[in-house]
Amino acid sequence: MGETNQNLYAGNFNIEGGNFNSAGIVSTSIKSILKKLGIPGDIVRKAAIVSYEAEINVVSYAKKAVVILTVDPGIVNIEVIDEGPGIPNIDLAMQEGYSTADQKIREMGFGAGMGLCNIKNYSDAFRITSEVGKGTHLKMTIQTP
Amino acid sequence: MKIENIVQALGLEVKCGKDSLGKEVTGGYTGDLLSDVMGNSKEGYIWITRQVHQNIVAVASLKEHAGIILINSSQPTQETLQKAEAEKIPIMVSDLPAFEISGKIYNLLTAKS
Repeated sequence: MGETNQNLYAGNFNIEGGNFNSAGIVSTSIKSILKKLGIPGDIVRKAAIVSYEAEINVVSYAKKAVVILTVDPGIVNIEVIDEGPGIPNIDLAMQEGYSTADQKIREMGFGAGMGLCNIKNYSDAFRITSEVGKGTHLKMTIQTP
Repeated sequence: MKIENIVQALGLEVKCGKDSLGKEVTGGYTGDLLSDVMGNSKEGYIWITRQVHQNIVAVASLKEHAGIILINSSQPTQETLQKAEAEKIPIMVSDLPAFEISGKIYNLLTAKS
């Protein structure tokens, strides 16, 4: 991911799978970057929600992921590309309440089957592709005024 | 209404974030599922939950909640307290169950408006 002069911001972040202690660090960084760029609060909060949910999914299920944040005039793009088990049935995974989370994850209040729904609801455009045994690729787009 | 008014009215025990009790509370949300809270609560809300682990601080901070109230005398973990102090998120403890503390806070918030 190269940086171009046209981007207001372009940067990458890494997420480590399985580490619930550091869950939220990447979304917190994204939030503070967007704030510093002067993006309005409601847009920043949308970006925080979608990036947090994606981060929790990586921590819960994947080995690791790279998050690519690009900000251009009028648009915030967040891509999350993980190395993990992938999702066999995306339609099923998108259903509210469907979850493959284990007991440990559920005890913490995660794994309610709402994460991908939140991502879809709080993005202006959302694309998900997945390959079983390889990983999942999310792209969330949020428009800015 | 400020957090400190709620603390006084309901006798809550303040565990951390004492310097941030002047924050304005605009509403509340009760829940233990983090994605539910992520999706449905709003900034300025007080969050009522039984979850005590450090991930609640990330949720409250990202959503810009006024503070967190733990129910049934649940105690936050040490990591939770440290993170909350750093993020300036007040954490309070109530000995009441979620239904009762939510009702009392609802009454306080609606009586004032």
